[in-house]
Amino acid sequence: MDNRSSVEIFTEWDIVAARQLGRNEAKTTGFGTVDQARITTAISELARNIYLYAGKGKIEIERLSTNGMNGITIIASDEGPGIPDLRKVMEDGFSTSGGLGAGMPGVKRLMDDFKVESEVGKGTTITATKWLR
Amino acid sequence: MNVRIPILKLDEVLIVSIQWELDDQTAIQFQEDLLNKMHETTARGVVIDLTSIDFIDSFIAKVLGDVISMSSLMGAKVVITGIQPAVAITLIELGIRLENVMTALDLENGLTKLRRELEA
Repeated sequence: MDNRSSVEIFTEWDIVAARQLGRNEAKTTGFGTVDQARITTAISELARNIYLYAGKGKIEIERLSTNGMNGITIIASDEGPGIPDLRKVMEDGFSTSGGLGAGMPGVKRLMDDFKVESEVGKGTTITATKWLR
Repeated sequence: MNVRIPILKLDEVLIVSIQWELDDQTAIQFQEDLLNKMHETTARGVVIDLTSIDFIDSFIAKVLGDVISMSSLMGAKVVITGIQPAVAITLIELGIRLENVMTALDLENGLTKLRRELEA
């Protein structure tokens, strides 16, 4: 089964491609317009973070179906500089890029599950899931 | 490839209807085009209609917020109209507050509001 699709992020045009893919997958999964907007916005923020901080990386979108629950997972991964202080980036209003990007707390609020794994010098992987209710 | 957003003039008001998903370049170009058009036409007000927009991320919100501040510097007032429920919900959840921004439900209400502001 082909439940996973991805977009490589190199340029700002890839941000558009990633969110279009996300919106289509969200529609296919059966999400309504508000959740489609949440998922599209979350992808846009995560893809922009990759573009701004790591230069390149990947957005993967996976449609989930487990125990009668359907949902969508966004996996944003890069091999960039990593996040030195995870607690700090989860604070509202924290930004190192001069106010671009609403930051991770915003993305967390838009999605249901949210996980960050990051190692300085190695990269960052953010996994965020939205469940269909 | 760059698609430009058309800017229409009606009396002393510029009307912009954003009809498709904005990429970064188009958004930045729009900022410049709108300010130039304002300068050329000496328009005193702008209505930006977002009825067709189904999501706004922090970048587009920043461009919109900036263009409103820039317009204000040039002496023009901006009204944002037609924000969809899904867009309003995600913007607030994302933590973006477009404060001190004039808004209206639709283009018609926006024009009425703007004309009242300009007469005051």
